[in-house]
Amino acid sequence: MLKKFWWGLVVGTAVLLLAACGPDEPEVLRLATTTSTEDSGLLEVILPDFEEQYNAQVDVVAVGTGAAIQLGEAGDADVILVHARSREDAFVADGHGTERWDVMYNDFILVGPADDPAGVQGMALAADALAAIAESESTFASRGDDSGTHSKERSLWEAAGLPTDPEVDWYKSLGQGMGDTLRFADESGAYTITDRGTFLSQQDSLPNLAIMVGGNSIDENGDLSLYNPYGVIPVNPDKGDINNELANSFAEWLTSVDVQAMIAEYGIDTYGQPLFYPDSQAWRDQ
Amino acid sequence: MQTLLDAFLNAFQLLTSGDPELLAIVGLTLRVTGIALLLALLLGLPVGALLGLMGRFPGGGCVIPLIYTGMGLPPVVVGLFVYLLLSNQGPLGELDWLFTPSAMVLAQMIIAWPLVVGLTLTAVQSHDPLLPLQLRSLGATRWQLARTMLLESKLGVFAAIVAAFGSIISEVGAVMLVGGNIRGETRVLTTAIVLETRKGQFALAIALGIILLLLSLLANLALYRLQQRGAPR
Amino acid sequence: MSNQPIFALNQVKKVYDGRTVLNLAELTVHRGEILALVGPSGAGKSTLLRLLNFLEPASRGTVRFDGEMVTADLDLAQRRRVTTVFQRPLLLQRSVRANLRYGPGLRGQKLPPAVEDEWLERLGLMPLADQAAPKLSAGEAQRVALARALVTQPDVLLLDEPTANLDPSNVRIIESIIEAENQRSGMTVVLVTHNIFQARRIAHRTALLWAGELIEVAETEQFFNRPVREETAAFVRGDTVY
Repeated sequence: MLKKFWWGLVVGTAVLLLAACGPDEPEVLRLATTTSTEDSGLLEVILPDFEEQYNAQVDVVAVGTGAAIQLGEAGDADVILVHARSREDAFVADGHGTERWDVMYNDFILVGPADDPAGVQGMALAADALAAIAESESTFASRGDDSGTHSKERSLWEAAGLPTDPEVDWYKSLGQGMGDTLRFADESGAYTITDRGTFLSQQDSLPNLAIMVGGNSIDENGDLSLYNPYGVIPVNPDKGDINNELANSFAEWLTSVDVQAMIAEYGIDTYGQPLFYPDSQAWRDQ
Repeated sequence: MQTLLDAFLNAFQLLTSGDPELLAIVGLTLRVTGIALLLALLLGLPVGALLGLMGRFPGGGCVIPLIYTGMGLPPVVVGLFVYLLLSNQGPLGELDWLFTPSAMVLAQMIIAWPLVVGLTLTAVQSHDPLLPLQLRSLGATRWQLARTMLLESKLGVFAAIVAAFGSIISEVGAVMLVGGNIRGETRVLTTAIVLETRKGQFALAIALGIILLLLSLLANLALYRLQQRGAPR
Repeated sequence: MSNQPIFALNQVKKVYDGRTVLNLAELTVHRGEILALVGPSGAGKSTLLRLLNFLEPASRGTVRFDGEMVTADLDLAQRRRVTTVFQRPLLLQRSVRANLRYGPGLRGQKLPPAVEDEWLERLGLMPLADQAAPKLSAGEAQRVALARALVTQPDVLLLDEPTANLDPSNVRIIESIIEAENQRSGMTVVLVTHNIFQARRIAHRTALLWAGELIEVAETEQFFNRPVREETAAFVRGDTVY
């Protein structure tokens, strides 16, 4: 009786193990990306297609751009999808990644309190607006978290000929995500730099904020420096335990014309405009 | 491995460098948590003692489970509650406390209060049920009774202080939400750790974590000494 | 000293959750006497003591203390004239001396060292004076409890089975202190006891409580030798099984 039980246990365990490690087990791809991509909801819509085509399972780790790059450097991700052009180039140059592929872009905008104490609404260039904000010492909320958005903000201050991350009363360095920073700006009557997608998706709960620079859609954005390109980079397989083959397939798939078309569609239903604009080599060449 | 080693070196360097920004963060952490703990004790010890003494009273079967539930309140929920209270649209928006240390103190106090009350009332209830009668019979007024019961429950009260302190100094969800993690204004150790982690500065984040642990250890050592001094010889 | 009774109870009822645990038509406690309350468990003896110590109000009827009607807002000074020693010593987790100082401390008074030492001496506690209360034996602890009550100089001392857990030598010490203090200061004593021999030894009067009712109260000598009621006779003969 007892013997039967033990045999049953052994056979059952073996069957379960086989089932778990069987040939149909999907390969896992570790994707490190930024919160803005994840929060936009885009990945949820496009990833199932990849998982089906390649019998893969994509584990998405959504963090700040700084942390996503760090994950790649540590070999804790197979591929990264981020937006901070200069740091992406450095990542490849330092041998952490194999190659950078253009994927898509959207744009940043400057938002602020509707009463606009710095008088910047309608300015064409973000750098001019920032200079006016500094001049009037109006409250400005910074992500302050080394994210792609924070990097962009820094470069805009530089363009305005002003110090970055100044330690002054009106400059609030939050060290928080985009949503938190927008909430702060809404409550405190502060200006901030945000990607258009996050602002559009949260606009309903931000009654006091209005777009100051960047216009109502990317077509109205007259400031090229607010352009926000995303790149995908497979991590260098030298780091060991990296699924480079699948990472390359991912980059190829993400930049393929079919997927680029999905990206171009995403968001139109909800916001009346896309959240991202396709920009891969394959898309541009077609 | 490398990261961990770096972290310890980093922590040591940070501690010895006397970096003014770090000192400000540590100072604010201690100030916010200290004031919140003090307020929670002032408002919680008498309530805990009285609830513990009341035994059966109308509504008691409802109040005490509520307090116990409060001991497990997720800090983020408390943070959200305080946020909505203090937000421009909230009932206390006029105070202009949102994104200030006052808001953080308020949130931490709300997190600590049920812990103080719950552990105190349990400690007070753990005595012989006749003890309060004996003390009243010896001439104690209601307040004298509460005071004596607290003194008799020293161990339980210390447990309450230690638990409350530990839960709020390590808390991040609520202070992040209501404080805003503003550099130089409302950034404390826990929110700084989250920030450095997000930035991928893992070594610095761990270093800050080590400093937080050291602070916690120091505070608990001090509390423990106090408790030993007060123990009956 | 007036001749009116220190306690006068009239039509007193105590009801817990709809159950009557005490129902006394009339009971008086004379000033300066030692009154023993005997009776089976659940007779309402401890409940009566709580009423007399103002720890609980009566559900119905009147209790007069020294001529004054007892209400919820009886003067603190009046309340403090009565104190109880329970069956368990219920000491504070402090030294013996600190326990003695507790009662005067509540009254904002400092126990004079000479008085403190005198009490420690009388109860044979001097060698234990600085010991922590939790380390005392049962007999020692109960002596401390008695001393702690007596240093407040109560006009009425209520005793709830104070010697139930003690060995004969400690019983003797406590009984003799109670008797001596009763004679010295005229302190009234109400003693609840299971031990009818104890009642016989030290009480001036003895009362039998049964199921919350007063069956008989009489001079101790008469109570034991010539009881009026059949229940009392059965109780003192030991026929009553409880």
